[in-house]
Amino acid sequence: MNAGPQIDLSPVDSPMLPFQFKAKSRGLIPKGLTLAAVLIIVLMLFIILFNIFLGGIGVISWDFLTQPPENGMESGGIFPAIFGTVALVFLMVLAVIPVGVLTAIYLQEFTHPDSILTRMIRVAVNNLAGVPSIVFGLFGLGFFVGFIGTGIDSIFYHSGRPVWGQPAIIWASLTLSLMALPVVIVSTEEALRAIPRELKEASYALGATKLQTIIRVIVPQALPGIFTGAILGVSRGAGEVAPIMFTGAAYYLPHLPTKLTDQFMVLGYHIYVMATQSPNIDATKPILYGTVLVLLVLTILLNSVAILMRSRIRSRRVNV
Amino acid sequence: MSDETTQTDLEGQTELKIHPDLPDSPKDKGPRMKMLVRNLNFFYGSSQALFNISMDIQEHRVTALIGPSGCGKSTFLRSLNRMNDTIPGTRIEGEIKLDDINIYRDVRDVSTIRTRVGMVFQKSNPFPKSIFDNVAYGLRVNGIKDRDIVNDAVEDALKRSFLWDEVKDKLETSAYMLSGGQQQRLCIARALAVRPEVLLMDEPASALDPISTTKIEDLIGELRKNYTIVIVTHNMQQAARISDFTGFFYEGYLVEFGATQGIFTKPKLKKTEDYITGRFG
Repeated sequence: MNAGPQIDLSPVDSPMLPFQFKAKSRGLIPKGLTLAAVLIIVLMLFIILFNIFLGGIGVISWDFLTQPPENGMESGGIFPAIFGTVALVFLMVLAVIPVGVLTAIYLQEFTHPDSILTRMIRVAVNNLAGVPSIVFGLFGLGFFVGFIGTGIDSIFYHSGRPVWGQPAIIWASLTLSLMALPVVIVSTEEALRAIPRELKEASYALGATKLQTIIRVIVPQALPGIFTGAILGVSRGAGEVAPIMFTGAAYYLPHLPTKLTDQFMVLGYHIYVMATQSPNIDATKPILYGTVLVLLVLTILLNSVAILMRSRIRSRRVNV
Repeated sequence: MSDETTQTDLEGQTELKIHPDLPDSPKDKGPRMKMLVRNLNFFYGSSQALFNISMDIQEHRVTALIGPSGCGKSTFLRSLNRMNDTIPGTRIEGEIKLDDINIYRDVRDVSTIRTRVGMVFQKSNPFPKSIFDNVAYGLRVNGIKDRDIVNDAVEDALKRSFLWDEVKDKLETSAYMLSGGQQQRLCIARALAVRPEVLLMDEPASALDPISTTKIEDLIGELRKNYTIVIVTHNMQQAARISDFTGFFYEGYLVEFGATQGIFTKPKLKKTEDYITGRFG
């Protein structure tokens, strides 16, 4: 590269000849550094994905996806874990969307945005997002299982054996939904904020009440944002292990969960168990790889479904 | 009421007597007054936006509100259907009567006022719904579910706003597919569908091209036969063309109010004349 004329053209650098060398490299060093950072990220991602794909693709088969584990997880499939993960995420979304959306609506539509109460709620929500996931797990065990579950048992069941007061899929999904709550609230709030004031006024001016305006104008407008929150929540929830290992995830179960009070297997926990508890690491290694691959694909799949639904809503909004 | 309204002048130094040049004041038992505003004061928090406004709004006439930006004309308009209620921290004193109802004191359910006093906004603001659903919105939120009634009302409203011929074949397409002028007429149709008696318009043509503006003005001329219209406008010529009465607002005061003819040909106050002739504003 011919550096000389380039510097002469630059009006700022030309009078300061001693800095000529610096001036020349000023453009290259930042670009080089940033590019290097990008390459590191891309390379890492590629290595991870490539490694998982190569290690896992060999064990993927119809049986692997549809059969339960056998021989202490040294052979067989992972179907109960796939089923458990999907059920868990489904229940989590079911719990987190109403609470998150209602919270966001309250903050945006019923409070003054700068009031002390609103600011305190926002701080609380942001702090919730910063709590380590293992703390959520312990909280879930203490609050949902120990307090709510045992409470239900002591009121409605007197058999002495715990029905609700034990780790179960409902408590695990509720614990996860607590963790996903901040994302849903924040993204819903952003969507609500973006709704033009004129639309709400148009609704009020036609005699609509606040509730009617929220149901008919505000929520439909905010749906894409709500889905974005759900997507982020799913991405977070599907792979988390710490919040569910005390609250419902099981090491090994011969049957699928059929009731809310059942325990369940889940891919993330299954990976953890195989990686740390297996007596024969060589036998479980391919299965471990395969499970990780399935978890990755499943997360991407769950995300795609949510993204697809969001874009369908968006396009319907324009074309009706 | 006397047809003589006392207003403090703009500098607040001397009291000015303004004689609204009403051709038919209530005393004459002539045309009916649809809305009466008495001693209206309006506050955003601690700052006062309207000062002691009194105005008679005559039935089946067009009343134009003019004045420079920030003079309170839009605030005044929005207080006529209690739209300002939606802004937190606002406060109102005085009274506004629709027929014989004090709309702030006698009315529990504000939606009954808003269906009788409709509103069209400066920027056309159709809902992201189909053309049909836009017009039907007001009916549905007011509990009308009968499909035949809704269909008829939508068609009627679209005909009254001269939009029917343009959209009758595409009622199910998005309102966003319409042009800006059509969208504004759709908003007028939407307001008409709930059968209001008064129609408030906040600079309804300010964002439109000249042809669409003409259409809106023609429409206002037509609607005048059946509705009482109050319109805020920045456009002097528009006010002169379409209105029967004109009120000039300045810094929160209603400076001069009277028949449009009088305001525009022989304004009583220098301030009004200066504004109308474009010397400030």
